[in-house]
Amino acid sequence: MDIGLFAQYVMNGLMLGMMYALVAVGFTLFFGVMDIINFSHGDVLMVGAFGGLATYLGLTFLGVENPWVQLAAAFAVATSAMALMGALIGKFLVLPLKKAPPLNTLLITLMLGTVLRETIRLFYPRGANPQRFPSLLPTDAYSFGNFTLRVDNMMLLAAGLLAIIGIHLLINRTKLGLAIRAVAQDEDTAKTMGINFTLIVLVTFAIGSGLAAFAGILHGLYYSEVNFGMGLLLGVIGFSSAIVGGLGNIYGAIIGGFLFAALQTLGVLAMPFASAYKDVFAFGVIILIMAWRPTGLISEKISERV
Amino acid sequence: MTKSRLTQFAVAALTVVAMVIGFGMGSFPASAKEKIKVGFIGPLSGGTSSNGLGGRNSADLAVRLRNADPKAKYSYELLVQDDECKPNIGVQAATKFGANKNVIAAATHYCSAVAISTVDVYHKFGLPIIVWGAVLPDITYGNTYKEVHRVNGTMINQNETAAKFMRGLGYKTWAIIHDTTDYGKGHDKYFTKNLEANGGKILSRFGVTSDQQDFSAELTKIKSMNPDVLYFGGLTPIGIRIRAQMEKLGVKAQFQGTSGIVSDTFIEGAGPLAEGVVAFREGAPTEKLPGGKFFLEQYAKQGYKDPPEAYGAFAFTAMSLILDTIEAVGPDRKKVRKALNKVSGSNAADSITGKVDFDDHGQNTIAVITKYVVQDSKWTVWEDSAYAAGKRKLKGM
Repeated sequence: MDIGLFAQYVMNGLMLGMMYALVAVGFTLFFGVMDIINFSHGDVLMVGAFGGLATYLGLTFLGVENPWVQLAAAFAVATSAMALMGALIGKFLVLPLKKAPPLNTLLITLMLGTVLRETIRLFYPRGANPQRFPSLLPTDAYSFGNFTLRVDNMMLLAAGLLAIIGIHLLINRTKLGLAIRAVAQDEDTAKTMGINFTLIVLVTFAIGSGLAAFAGILHGLYYSEVNFGMGLLLGVIGFSSAIVGGLGNIYGAIIGGFLFAALQTLGVLAMPFASAYKDVFAFGVIILIMAWRPTGLISEKISERV
Repeated sequence: MTKSRLTQFAVAALTVVAMVIGFGMGSFPASAKEKIKVGFIGPLSGGTSSNGLGGRNSADLAVRLRNADPKAKYSYELLVQDDECKPNIGVQAATKFGANKNVIAAATHYCSAVAISTVDVYHKFGLPIIVWGAVLPDITYGNTYKEVHRVNGTMINQNETAAKFMRGLGYKTWAIIHDTTDYGKGHDKYFTKNLEANGGKILSRFGVTSDQQDFSAELTKIKSMNPDVLYFGGLTPIGIRIRAQMEKLGVKAQFQGTSGIVSDTFIEGAGPLAEGVVAFREGAPTEKLPGGKFFLEQYAKQGYKDPPEAYGAFAFTAMSLILDTIEAVGPDRKKVRKALNKVSGSNAADSITGKVDFDDHGQNTIAVITKYVVQDSKWTVWEDSAYAAGKRKLKGM
């Protein structure tokens, strides 16, 4: 394989991995603070992407044509709307079920995901069809043999990595992050230390869901297309990535995301005759890794299962 | 006793009177021409009813025109059944016609799922039929029933035309992406077969799931092989994704689709990238058919409430062929079946949709396939496009 082709595969894998990692980080945040699996996460991402698209369409309608303004507005509206929705999900669907068996939370978020999906399908204008997402970034491309370097892809990758670094700094370098980590580690002790448990949970849900909206817009910009079903598989892949990395650990989620993308790319490369099975291959390897490391590649520092 | 005798007598008398009147009434038109029953089945209610109603009207038009023809030997009556585009209802409708020995032949089905489940019924009852709209190859090729015929084309014909046309333009190498449903696999199979027969070369082939999002790995591989054309066998949603991602990865190949992407949704979703995409579909805009103008004029004269839709002309052809055959060999199912099977080669029939030439399976081999290209955000018939005129060029030309 020549260098250009290899570089192209690496670039594809990085883009895909960045997207998965962003979703996986959300799963891990929710699990960290509340020990719950939020299965509506992928669909929140999808709603975020549609929110960004609607903002863009609205601005175009109002005559605002500057792509940078449109982009900034799309990000701002979508992330804040989804952050609010995340907080509402936390307050009205997750916190009330705190004492209930975890299965109930899992079910209720699963059902919420279906509601979100069907809402977009039925109520967004022609929502059952794939929607074209505008190219708001510069589309200059440089070709090096088989490798096409696009300016917009580089910017998306950079934005994704910045978001991940930002979350990392937020969790590890701020007082809010300290509080989130405290709640994640021991709820009761955190409470006795004067941490407002409910507030921290809601803020965490807002951060995770806002991150999903961010990822949704990156997804739309990268693929130039959004559709009502895009969150479903992304959710499953993000969840698997979080699990295989070690649920509750942000680095684990990131590693898991990139690992999954690498496996999918490898699946097509290694078995071109059976490319339809690339997901089967990727999930199969994930199953093997989980059998080998049940608590994930990076297990929690303080395992609650012991 | 007497009372009941009286009743019996009264009943008998009434019956005789009724019979006399009945015969009298019946014999009046019969003295002019014998009345023959033919059938039509299509989806008259439900989501695809516009196609069914258009087909029904078109078959009705064929019967009316024949009845108005003084040279016709018989007078015809069209019986109509609704299959609702549901296999179980379709089987009931087919059984009704099959069991009614007065129905000599029928033009049947728009929906493939219905047509494939009714062919056994027609075979069992020996009722000759001509499919007027369903496109699944197995309806004719999945059996050896002599009763089953079809005037419209299938994905086999579609890919035959596609392969010949694209080779004719000068393209040499292809990469194929197809979804792994029966639809996508069928397209892959028949396109590959026809392309190889026409000297084209397939460099690589990828099966994908019908909800896949990311095609970067497949497209990168395709890019490294640098084919002239990327053939996509599948439906609109992933067609849009593949077209968009080709651009991002710098795949320069011409994009060629199947009937599955000939929709306005594809153009909306792909935006400016849809320009210059080619695809093929069974059937044709009615006005483009050889006898399309005549058909549309006659159709308009009858003042039907619903338009004929894309397959109306084929329903007209199917019914006309049935009536021609009955005229030629008489109202007998077996004779009609035999005569229909002989409609091939030098004996091919003329119709408003072009020649009808059945092969061993009763499939019309001279099927109408239309070539489309997207021009200025519209699916344009190739022959009418700026691309055919040489004003615009497809990729790599």
